[in-house]
Amino acid sequence: MRTKNTIIFSLISTFFLIFLISIWKILATLQGLSITSFNIEILFIFGFLISLGHLGIGDKIKSFYKSIIFSSIFVFCDGYLIQKLPIWYNVGVFLILYFFTYKISKYNFISLKEEHSKQVILFDFLTLFGILFFSFVILFPFYMMLVTSFKTQIALLVNPLDFSINFGQDVKDLFKSYFVIFKSYKFGKYIITSTIVSVGTVIITLIFAIPAAYAVARLNFFGKTFLSTSILIIYMFPAIVLVIPLYTIFSQLGLRNSIEGLLIVYTATTLPVAIYMLQGYFKSIPKELEEAAILDKLSWFGIITKIIIPLSIPAISSVALYVFMIAWNEFLFSLMFLDNPNSFTLSRAIQYLSGDAETPRQYLMAGSVVVTLPVLFIFVYFEKYLVSGLTAGSVKG
Amino acid sequence: MNDTLANTEKKTAYILTLPAVLLVFSIILFPIFANIWISFKEVELKDIRIPEPRAKKIVKSISDEPSKIKILYKLRNSSLIQEIRDVSFQDNFPKNLEIENLDPRCSYKKYNLKCEFGNWPPKYRENFEVIFATNDGSKIDKKNLKSIKPKLDGKSDNILLNTNFTLKNFKKVLFENEFIDLLLTTFYYTFFGTVGSIVFGILTAQMVNQKFYGRTFMRSVLLFPYVAPVVALAYTWELLLDPNSGTLNSLLLNYQIIETPINLLGQKYIEISILGFDFKLRLALTTVIMFEIWRYFPLAFLFILARLQAIPKELYEAADVDGASPFQKFFNITLPQITAVISILFMIRFIWNFNKFEDVFLLTGGASGTRTLPINVYQQGFAISDIGMGSAVSIVIVVLLLMFMFFYFKLLGKRVDEN
Repeated sequence: MRTKNTIIFSLISTFFLIFLISIWKILATLQGLSITSFNIEILFIFGFLISLGHLGIGDKIKSFYKSIIFSSIFVFCDGYLIQKLPIWYNVGVFLILYFFTYKISKYNFISLKEEHSKQVILFDFLTLFGILFFSFVILFPFYMMLVTSFKTQIALLVNPLDFSINFGQDVKDLFKSYFVIFKSYKFGKYIITSTIVSVGTVIITLIFAIPAAYAVARLNFFGKTFLSTSILIIYMFPAIVLVIPLYTIFSQLGLRNSIEGLLIVYTATTLPVAIYMLQGYFKSIPKELEEAAILDKLSWFGIITKIIIPLSIPAISSVALYVFMIAWNEFLFSLMFLDNPNSFTLSRAIQYLSGDAETPRQYLMAGSVVVTLPVLFIFVYFEKYLVSGLTAGSVKG
Repeated sequence: MNDTLANTEKKTAYILTLPAVLLVFSIILFPIFANIWISFKEVELKDIRIPEPRAKKIVKSISDEPSKIKILYKLRNSSLIQEIRDVSFQDNFPKNLEIENLDPRCSYKKYNLKCEFGNWPPKYRENFEVIFATNDGSKIDKKNLKSIKPKLDGKSDNILLNTNFTLKNFKKVLFENEFIDLLLTTFYYTFFGTVGSIVFGILTAQMVNQKFYGRTFMRSVLLFPYVAPVVALAYTWELLLDPNSGTLNSLLLNYQIIETPINLLGQKYIEISILGFDFKLRLALTTVIMFEIWRYFPLAFLFILARLQAIPKELYEAADVDGASPFQKFFNITLPQITAVISILFMIRFIWNFNKFEDVFLLTGGASGTRTLPINVYQQGFAISDIGMGSAVSIVIVVLLLMFMFFYFKLLGKRVDEN
């Protein structure tokens, strides 16, 4: 039992180590180092020996010194005997090894004897593995987007694997793609259009949604249940089936290629979820406040502006941010309704840019960074509000 | 007294909800019905522009006669395929101009020229000329004349409003264009995308539900793909997967894992042999599904995490006392607690993935075996310009969706009854 557990522990931790080192190698390759092999066999032997050695030594040496010793031995063997690579790479390997030995330091022969120790080890390492794996898988494309936008055409062709940013160069060269898209491709104008459309959608949606949500939350009227259920059902209806009729109607009314047309469609598609989110919050406001207001002879307009809105600022801001995000990211309708470059939104402009096969990819990526940054910034900054919006309005997407 | 109060309440409610309801109905519900109408018609993109009578006004001075002026109207029918009936024409002139040559179709009263041009066939063009002279011999102000625009009016059939119906579109959709293949592709895309995103959602939610350093940061990062604009993400993926200089292929080549680059987005099939069995994998479709999972698992993650955090701690403590292993805890406590959320997620994601257009459109444009039903709507309606066909495909989508929802709720209803 003890040997079996020991071997399983060593195997799992070894695979974890191989995974860590492999990610580090990939990142190092992207910084221009020429590493052509993962050396998995050697890594496997080292990892296995370290895990076993760790268990064998146990508490005889302080875990801090133990980690340092193991890490140094590994770096020495891997870095100076097998591959000759720059110092920063080996420092990285040393830190990874230190992290690894720190993580395995809580296991010893005693803990391996406990019930379910195999599964506990597997769970622990799977969690660690998952955290690193998902961070890598998610952040890597964003990293590539950012870095590509700082590269030149030649640099991309010469070594497609070199993704280091040369900060030594002139600022003008570094941000060349950005200068180009703002000068030659009028991205400044597209940003303004996108902002007008998104902010406009937010304002109009709120103007329409707050009274409607208030009525659904508070007042009794014929067709109320029908209204509140149909709101959600309507929301499930896909945009793609609306496209053709709206296109024909908008063509005949001359609303294509206009900001007004986009505003109407965006407002209509975000209204149901906005009403749904707001009415849920309005219901949680104590009724007594309004009763007092009615005694003071306030009209419904007064009740909404003086009582409801000030009390539900958090819910309103989360709706506003959510609607802003939808409108800013929207692509389908802007593809269908806009074919004149003068009225493009950012998303549509980037798609238009990519339609030309000659467009260098760093321009495309610079455009992508420009359209992504505001959304990510808003998301990170207002995360608390947005997450509640996402959860409530999650049928969208 | 009470009655009037209830009445005012009703009235207020209708006033408050009416604007929103009207807007949503006209932009969302009306088009769905319009779709049914259009799908039974033979309409092409070029038919939907309403034909207009147009006139371009050109003012020409006549040499040696400053008190006379020639005005040329270039008249035309804007449509190449439809006639315009009963075209009427009107133009105003300054108060000192008299007409010299009155066309029999026209009349000139009170400095207003009125003409009835009758019917204009498609592509109709005419150069219509009138000469004016001032009645007091003064010089004519050309600029002023130019600034007045003539008004034209005419009747034409709106092809969308007549009552010629046909079943041709549905016949074409259902029996041509490899409908079965289309349906299968859409189903694969929807089903595997949905299941994949839920599985990854469970894994990540389970992971973030534990305590570790940087957990809040991790939660934000996991939501990045969901909140970022699809255009940016799709092009980044294209860049990563490009066969010639894409990062992924370069990396795989560099580490000698593959010998020739793989065109992950442009190759329909790839042959894989596992344990002696050869089978064909739909490569481009798989890649597109991967993108979909990557982009939408954050939503499942968010939902499931919220549910996980609501599970009472006592359940796990009791399980610890009983000596349950981590896997037993996961399968016997966690999973049953999140099944309700998973089934809702499955429905939501299934419906939305079924209708997903942008992701596939931006990555492959529907080429190399990734043509799903929504892509087909776009291709029929705008690439082939057959609006009627596009509408018919939309109707097929709506019908399939309604069927799915019907079966889903029936199944769910049964399950609720059993409990």
